Amino acid sequence: MNILIKGGRVIDPSQQIDAILDILIVDGKIREHGTGLQAGKDCEVIDAGGMLVTPGLVDMHVHLRDPGQEYKEDIVTGARAAVAGGFTSIACMPNTSPVNDNKAVTTYIINKAKMQGLVNVFPVGSITEGGKGENLAEMGELKESGCVAVSDDGRPVANSELMRRALEYAKGMEIMLISHSEDLALVGEGVMNEGFTSTELGLKGISRVAEDAAVARDVYLAEFTDSPIHIAHVSSRGSVRIIRDAKTRGVKVTCETAPHYFSITDDAVRGYDTNARMNPPLREAADVEAVKAGLKDGTIDAIATDHAPHHLDEKDLEFNLALNGIIGLETSLALSLSLLRDGVLNAKQLVEKMSFNPSNILSLDRGTLQIGAVADVTIIDPIADWVVREEELCSKSKNSPFIGAKMKGRALYTIVSGKVVYRRQAV
Amino acid sequence: MGFKHKDILGLQDLSGEEIYLLLNTAENMKEINSREIKKVPTLRGKTIVNLFFEPSTRTRTSFELAAKRLSADTINISASTSAVQKGETLSDTARNILAMKPDIIVMRHSISGAHHYLAKRVSCSIVNAGDGAHEHPSQALLDMLTMRERFGRLAGLKVAIVGDITHSRVARSNICGLTKVGAKIYLAGPPTMIPQGVERLGAVTVCKTIQEALDGADVVMMLRIQLERQGKTLMPTLREYSRYFGLNRDLLGLASPDVMVMHPGPMNRGVEISSDVADGPNSYILQQVENGVAVRMSMLYHVSGGELPTE
Repeated sequence: MNILIKGGRVIDPSQQIDAILDILIVDGKIREHGTGLQAGKDCEVIDAGGMLVTPGLVDMHVHLRDPGQEYKEDIVTGARAAVAGGFTSIACMPNTSPVNDNKAVTTYIINKAKMQGLVNVFPVGSITEGGKGENLAEMGELKESGCVAVSDDGRPVANSELMRRALEYAKGMEIMLISHSEDLALVGEGVMNEGFTSTELGLKGISRVAEDAAVARDVYLAEFTDSPIHIAHVSSRGSVRIIRDAKTRGVKVTCETAPHYFSITDDAVRGYDTNARMNPPLREAADVEAVKAGLKDGTIDAIATDHAPHHLDEKDLEFNLALNGIIGLETSLALSLSLLRDGVLNAKQLVEKMSFNPSNILSLDRGTLQIGAVADVTIIDPIADWVVREEELCSKSKNSPFIGAKMKGRALYTIVSGKVVYRRQAV
Repeated sequence: MGFKHKDILGLQDLSGEEIYLLLNTAENMKEINSREIKKVPTLRGKTIVNLFFEPSTRTRTSFELAAKRLSADTINISASTSAVQKGETLSDTARNILAMKPDIIVMRHSISGAHHYLAKRVSCSIVNAGDGAHEHPSQALLDMLTMRERFGRLAGLKVAIVGDITHSRVARSNICGLTKVGAKIYLAGPPTMIPQGVERLGAVTVCKTIQEALDGADVVMMLRIQLERQGKTLMPTLREYSRYFGLNRDLLGLASPDVMVMHPGPMNRGVEISSDVADGPNSYILQQVENGVAVRMSMLYHVSGGELPTE
């Protein structure tokens, strides 16, 4: 089955394209773009008038909880959530149970993902054995088994000497290191951002400097070792500034932020809403502005969700006892499209941050609509109005602060390797 | 004016008028407490559960006495004897208690916002007897009652609060309440104990030294300092704390001659307050305790929505 996508606004930063074009997909590959293309035999025609047609979206930071915590999410439900959110590729973090620090776990993830056949799942292996921060994991074998990066996400590599060696070793193995940069001593027992809101609510705060200090350390280690580093979930004005300065100096640093860090502030914690609890925590208006500025000027390369499903029993608790994290796969695109409407990003930049850049950072052969490329395509209705409803979410967990929120824009078709893996049913 | 709230979770949620209403009723309740037979039938047939997840003698006893003087039936549940230690969630504990049809749950909990969590899930009234570092509304109300008795007013009073503001629910509730009735608050403590943005919580001035806060103060409220709670990183030693932020007779000379010395208790004599001040003529610490019963009677009465005792 071939596909002809007709008359959409095609945005492909890899070729500097932003134009109304038809795209023909044959045998799972991009065959042709142009105007007035004709559908051949056995070809589905999708009328994309008024729609955005982009290289398939890439979320480089999700937690699928599989193996080990399938009551929160599994590879199948996570994949359904991903394609419903317009993602064709996702990279899953290794803090599963057991931790993905070896070939067996990596292979399990890859095989199970192939069986579900919806979305490309790219595993991330751990930096250290068991993610414990003590000994390096076998990064060479992890890469050979199919891991696209290493990270101890969820925890920082607290030992600076080990982090230095991890950067050097990963560089040698040519695998990207993704840092969860956080100074645990400064975090202490904090449960939300430290500031006026934490003072008013009487909750222990996590200061911005807990992130800033760790990002600074990691950037300096990367600079010293001349190694690439990718900083996960940037949320503070300080870390945006540190990374901007480092890029100016030529440090090989890239970074991502998550939609919640440019959409809401720690005000969302008021009422002790545990769905506003995550790590790093929601910050203040000045941080939201700094994150937006970082997206605009290119300091922040990618938008990634940090999709972190948790069961209701782990969230329906007193604030201090609830777990950190929120789901994001099904709300990321709409929240990011608001950056387009608000003039923070243009369409090309948005597609860079949601597809082209994360694909490059992880050295994936995705994020492009070039002729001959694997046909991963997302077709987006940029103005559709909808409301986030718990019962309509594909993710197994419903821990989102955006439940009930009005959204604008969503994926209509998600196409992976030339196959429509998701099509939004007309309401 | 009636009292429209199902719960009293904190003074953040109450208006100045509502605070005055609670204080005025508390004054009526004080009259009952001075009678020979200290009991009225106002809450007869009502069941009040004192659910304490943190140890407390003063507050729990005071709430219990308040309930009994209003003729309510009370039971006390403390964390050490409850199912919590068996891993039961707050939600389940509360549902089990709710199945026994209480009218009011008076709760103390170590986690800020635990009362908000519970209030959204149960139909009975919740009265906050202290949640984490968030609020302790009955303490602030009894403090305000004691101040008003002494000065005949609250508006314009200069109130110094000294100690670990960051971890103090007493300070937060007093800042909220006193601001709403027009008092001015002066905070002092080591910078490690002053939370970010606290000056935006109300009519607050943050002072560098205890001397600055005490200058001309009508009220000095000293907060309890515990090395085990504050952690080792907030101050070097109790000795040094006492030297720079402890209240003694010499320092008291900086305050107004009529100054009231208050303390929510239990005191660390010789640490945040010296004995000659704690037991001296300016000390209102025991009046605070006495007023505590009346204020809590008023709170229980108003969340029950009953009639004023008439006799």
